[in-house]
Amino acid sequence: MTAHGVSTARPLNPLFWLGGPMLICVLATVLLATPLRVFGLALPEPVFPLAMAFAWAVIRPSILPPFALLALGLFLDVFWGGPQGLWPLCLLAAYAAVLAARRLIMGQDFLFMWGWYGLVIAAAFGAGFVLMSMDAGAPPNVLAVVWQYLATLALFPFAHRLVERYEDADVRFR
Amino acid sequence: MSLRDGPLGDIRVPLTWSAAAALIIAVIIAGALLFSDRRETMKAQAYDTARHAVDVVASPVGNVISAPVHWTHDGLESLRGYFFAVSENRKLKLELAAERSWRDRYVATDLENQRYRALLGVATDPPLPHVFAHTVSDARGPFANTRLADVGADKGVTEGNPVLSEHGVVGRVVGVSDHVSRILLLTDLESHMPVLVVRTNGRAILSGDGGPTPKLDYVRSSAALQEGDRILTSGDGGVFPRGLPVGTVEKGLDGQWRVALDADASPIDDVQILLFTDFSQLVDENALAAKNLPTAMTEEPSQSIVPPAPAKPATPAGIISGPDKPAAPSAAKAASAGKASSKSAAKPAAKAAHHPAAPGHP
Repeated sequence: MTAHGVSTARPLNPLFWLGGPMLICVLATVLLATPLRVFGLALPEPVFPLAMAFAWAVIRPSILPPFALLALGLFLDVFWGGPQGLWPLCLLAAYAAVLAARRLIMGQDFLFMWGWYGLVIAAAFGAGFVLMSMDAGAPPNVLAVVWQYLATLALFPFAHRLVERYEDADVRFR
Repeated sequence: MSLRDGPLGDIRVPLTWSAAAALIIAVIIAGALLFSDRRETMKAQAYDTARHAVDVVASPVGNVISAPVHWTHDGLESLRGYFFAVSENRKLKLELAAERSWRDRYVATDLENQRYRALLGVATDPPLPHVFAHTVSDARGPFANTRLADVGADKGVTEGNPVLSEHGVVGRVVGVSDHVSRILLLTDLESHMPVLVVRTNGRAILSGDGGPTPKLDYVRSSAALQEGDRILTSGDGGVFPRGLPVGTVEKGLDGQWRVALDADASPIDDVQILLFTDFSQLVDENALAAKNLPTAMTEEPSQSIVPPAPAKPATPAGIISGPDKPAAPSAAKAASAGKASSKSAAKPAAKAAHHPAAPGHP
């Protein structure tokens, strides 16, 4: 890439494409942890940062998102009361999967990307299942994992919105 | 001269590579955290500063967020009570009529029970102190099932305290800050609780797995479990008091015996924390401590140990046996030293035997 090409690139402001979504993830997680039951059913508990792990890797490769995901994962661990390091590893597994298959995912239509998103978060939940089985010495309930997976799968429109908003921000990564 | 103008200015590391390097560093940090984390329940030091800090911050936030939920719930209850007063009154009258027969049976059984207890000399457990709390956040995922309650060490809550709703056991306290405590629910993967089956008095371990109905492991019972069997805490291990209601046995979709928790029938936001740590708090330790122990009968070793008779050594040919006398003083000296040391050892032993046993170790 020429120096001219670099100079015309519009650098992304980390506050907007990383900081803002991080804050929204934390607030949404806290909000959905409200002890409330509607007709005997508890609120869903999707993993919001998984949508970010997908979107950030698609928008552009960068040094910052892995550390942002590390921070978000640690927040989930201490807020939900799980073992420290569990969710960071799951989020980073999803980020790594998208980063490796980025060229295949980019530019695809909405439903195709949703399919990719489903595969990526399945890998993250699979990693969580294995790590938690090793930590606790017994496998978690598969149905409970599937419920949380489905709730997280439903978050794809938010991830897609973030991708659409920022994927053209830096011409080097079109 | 800027770095860009230098000889290294043309070297550019691809961003994907630098992102991958950052990813590897982050993975190493996360892995180190996971493998160094000791989320051992019942240990204060396992609940680290980060968890305390997040709980302290999350509690007021959760309180604010859940306040409208409490108000809405209370308001809906009032409205429901107003609009359905007549039908509810009719229903309550029917229930009251049915309950009267139960009350009579309860009174009769209670009297009979008291008489048997008096005959057997069984001491009943004293009532346990408890505090009420609101839960302000609720984690329900497959990997962690915990709640935050808005009371903490200021109200006497400590690690290990059992937590109940109005219907049954919810879990136990695993972390305490000044005004907040974290409750590990029975459904959490790390939760294991000894229980008993009321019908058979069989024992089992209730193990959470992240799902809504924890499973029964290590079932020890002469008769197999049946659907609908009542499950109570067994009190084994001393973490929970005996006899707290837990739930009802049901067959899970995976074919395992599971327990539908009684606590699920009650509102999620009100809990009761029993200030129970172990059984020693249920009894008067001073009464247990023995006051008059019999005097220890220690033996005087010098009287019982008979010095061995000096064996006549066989005198081999060519060796002239030495006189016996020079050996005698050293043997006597050794014997007297042994006597002194055994005496000095016996004295504190006798002294310790007179001393009353330490509290808690009668």
